[in-house]
Amino acid sequence: MESSLAISRGAKRAPIAWRHVRDQVGLYGAAILLALWTLAPIYLIALSAFSTKAGVSAWPKSLLPTNFSTDTMQFFINSKGVLQSVGNSVVVALLTIAASLLLGAPGGYALARFRFKGKQTIQLSFLISKMFPTAILSVPLAVTFLQLGLYDTVWGVALIHTAMALPFVILLTAGIFVGVPRDLEEAAQTLGCTRMQAFVRVVLPLALPALAAAAIFTFVISWNEVFAATIITLQHRTLPAQVLSSLNDSPLYYRFAGGFFMIVPALIFIFLIRKYLLNMWGSVVR
Amino acid sequence: MAGIKFDSVRRVFGKTVASNDVSLEIKDGEFMVLLGPSGCGKTTLLRCLAGLERVDGGRIYIGDRDVTDLAPRDRKLAMVFQSYAVFPHLTVFDNIAFGLKMQGRPKDEIKRRVQEGAELLQLQDYLARYPAQLSGGQRQRVAVARGIVMQAQVLLMDEPLSNLDALLRLQMRAELKRLHAEIKATTIYVTHDQVEALSLGDRIAVMKSGRIVQCDVPMNIYDDPASVFVGGFIGTPPMNFLKGVVSAEGAPQVVVGESRIAPTPAQTPALAARRGQPILLGIRPENLAFASSAQRNTLRGHVVVVEPLGSHKLLTMQVSGETIKVSVPPDQSVASGNDVWLHFDADKIRWMDAGSGDTIH
Amino acid sequence: MRSKVESALPYGLLAPTLLVVVLLIVVPIFQAFLLAFQGSDGGFTLAQFQKMVHDTAFLDALKFTFLLLIFIVPLQIILALAMALLIHKRFRGHSIFLYIYAIPLAISDLAAGIAWLSIFTERGYLNSILHSLGIIDKPFLFLSYQNLPAVFGTIVIAESWRATAIVMVILLAGLEVIPRDYFEAADVFGATALKRTLFVVLPLLRPSLQNALIIRTIFAFQTFSVVLALAGRVIPVLTGEAYYWYAANRNPNVAAAYAVLVMVFTIFITIMYFRLLKTTDAEAGYD
Repeated sequence: MESSLAISRGAKRAPIAWRHVRDQVGLYGAAILLALWTLAPIYLIALSAFSTKAGVSAWPKSLLPTNFSTDTMQFFINSKGVLQSVGNSVVVALLTIAASLLLGAPGGYALARFRFKGKQTIQLSFLISKMFPTAILSVPLAVTFLQLGLYDTVWGVALIHTAMALPFVILLTAGIFVGVPRDLEEAAQTLGCTRMQAFVRVVLPLALPALAAAAIFTFVISWNEVFAATIITLQHRTLPAQVLSSLNDSPLYYRFAGGFFMIVPALIFIFLIRKYLLNMWGSVVR
Repeated sequence: MAGIKFDSVRRVFGKTVASNDVSLEIKDGEFMVLLGPSGCGKTTLLRCLAGLERVDGGRIYIGDRDVTDLAPRDRKLAMVFQSYAVFPHLTVFDNIAFGLKMQGRPKDEIKRRVQEGAELLQLQDYLARYPAQLSGGQRQRVAVARGIVMQAQVLLMDEPLSNLDALLRLQMRAELKRLHAEIKATTIYVTHDQVEALSLGDRIAVMKSGRIVQCDVPMNIYDDPASVFVGGFIGTPPMNFLKGVVSAEGAPQVVVGESRIAPTPAQTPALAARRGQPILLGIRPENLAFASSAQRNTLRGHVVVVEPLGSHKLLTMQVSGETIKVSVPPDQSVASGNDVWLHFDADKIRWMDAGSGDTIH
Repeated sequence: MRSKVESALPYGLLAPTLLVVVLLIVVPIFQAFLLAFQGSDGGFTLAQFQKMVHDTAFLDALKFTFLLLIFIVPLQIILALAMALLIHKRFRGHSIFLYIYAIPLAISDLAAGIAWLSIFTERGYLNSILHSLGIIDKPFLFLSYQNLPAVFGTIVIAESWRATAIVMVILLAGLEVIPRDYFEAADVFGATALKRTLFVVLPLLRPSLQNALIIRTIFAFQTFSVVLALAGRVIPVLTGEAYYWYAANRNPNVAAAYAVLVMVFTIFITIMYFRLLKTTDAEAGYD
């Protein structure tokens, strides 16, 4: 009686363990396959960017870094206009971050904390402008910018990027400030703070990490934007505008190096804000 | 002097009147409890006093200062929030010191007062920690200490114990009472827990739908509820109510089912004025006892459920078609299905108007 | 006094943003229409639109824009759904995979196009692999105008690769707000993994799926630099034509006509989106 029980138990356990192993293999297999699909182009563009110029046109190519060299990258960075365009891209992105956070964060705070007439309408208008193809408005704006002296300046590009980023920033910051309990702010007020002091001493420190993530989100929008930047500038290109406008008359290795150069911040930034991926990107890009 | 006076305070949210011309005076050093079910306007009233909510009408005074239009920081009061609202980015020390720093007190004074406050709430060992490293009870102490070190004349507490587990709540309740005896600040304490209200309050203001329906010392609230609502809200289990009719002829008596109940001489004139009208009889579960036979002031009851609770037995009974709760001594022999006689003293009965629910005096 | 200041505060805080939105979005929209419909004499004209429509690239641009949309959007959603469902299992190391899957979020379509160019170009990695496997002996021209379906395919792949990450975070964020009890309840009632996905997960995820679908459709109209990087003007698209008319032909009026066309499509889909949102919000109580 007892032994038969033991056998039947043992017999039952084995298939369960097998199923578990099979599930795990399937799970990790699928996960790794999708990871390879995601990583392969990044690895290969890196491989191209770090090979000799001759290596770029070699045939057939090895999938391993057999002719590693920084020649191509050096050539790209030293090409006319590239360093300047990187500088422009950074300046534009920083201006965009500063402008959209300084303008947008107070609005986000208002949406998070106050009940007022017209709030629904305003929120809806941000939702709509978030989906609007703002970049394409650089066509009519280019005409206006010519008259205002903003054409072909980092300021002009930053302005359009701010308009693109603002609806995102305002909804992001509203979400961030909703996440800081109102009680904390009120407690600070009863303990002797003005509204402003309560914001600076309590809300801001708590919201800072998420605000930094929002800043990175804004940076990415600006760093990656091609269309408006290309339309609005001639001499003062941003990096993507520089690469795009020279696509037709630049050698492959120049393009590969440029492509890789543009991807690097992506690797870093996604890593930095990985904690905020879902509640920030996931809830705001939609 | 820091008494508090609400003078016809009104606050409206859309269509809800959260505070319906509430007037209330609280004496200096008094512990006043605002008690009521959720949504009765008690927290709104407290927030109006703190300046966190503007008022739509009426005035509020602290001492003889009209604070109605002052910012929270200028009202010189301290508040403990339901969520504790302990600043997560500051250490316990900096949390307790926050208000003192805002006042620009000298460093050594801040240090001394934080130490005192920490001692009062047994937080000395945790001053360097962050709130995330504390238990719920400890965080709650920080919130209280932060308010107390302000030495404000007025201390506001918004359901401070409601997030604690039952045992801790019991402990903190006694501690708050000790604390109040020590610091003697005028205190307003908001709660929906009637046991807390009874245990802590010098007086209790019971609120319903934006109004104060009764304000009195705890035992009066318990013994003499102003209405069916108050009687039914206070006490575990609450007061029982039975429907009856005042006899049309003879000495005024109330007919409840098959029983006739005679009022005390003091109650008689009020009942005499209501001959032939329906009326409610209110009686607390512990004021009913078993009787061996039908006598004056007895009701026939059928035992449905018996719950032995250690200190007493709680019975669910049917009396003249209605369900009531009866509390009997633990050694009372009783089983479900029994039919028994219930006796009570006439002076324990409260009579309420069957229509309005108000107590008849 | 204080309460008056208080009630004006939210408007004051929102004013700067609203001003920027009006000046840089609302006003330019009118300007775009003006540019597109205004002749050199200042009067109303359809000449620019006629010029646009009669351009040889116009019909192709329209066709390819919609074709790309039809191929890219479903592919993205399927890939993203697979990723999101995997990550949602919270297996050991899932956060590393989440990071990897999310990387393309921050990669521009231009950079994505160039990355895939290194693969699809004549002497690129794909031809190298095919060669080493003995499938081909000389490179296949994926990106030549003679192999239009192949060129089209490379664009579909590159753009799907990039935008899958966006859809993935939308879907995963959607999955996270569904209480896990639902899935566990399905397990308790003996649902297989497939049945659970089909009959429990997907219906609950419908609001997020719809969101992703429409957002990606809207942005598919703006597909531009990934096409340029891989195909030049071999495959014309609407936004790309706006760029050409502006940058190469120096004709902002026809460029504006293209811009207006893209805007009209976007607005149309946005309206549909908010219609859908209204109905699904009522259904899905938690979103």
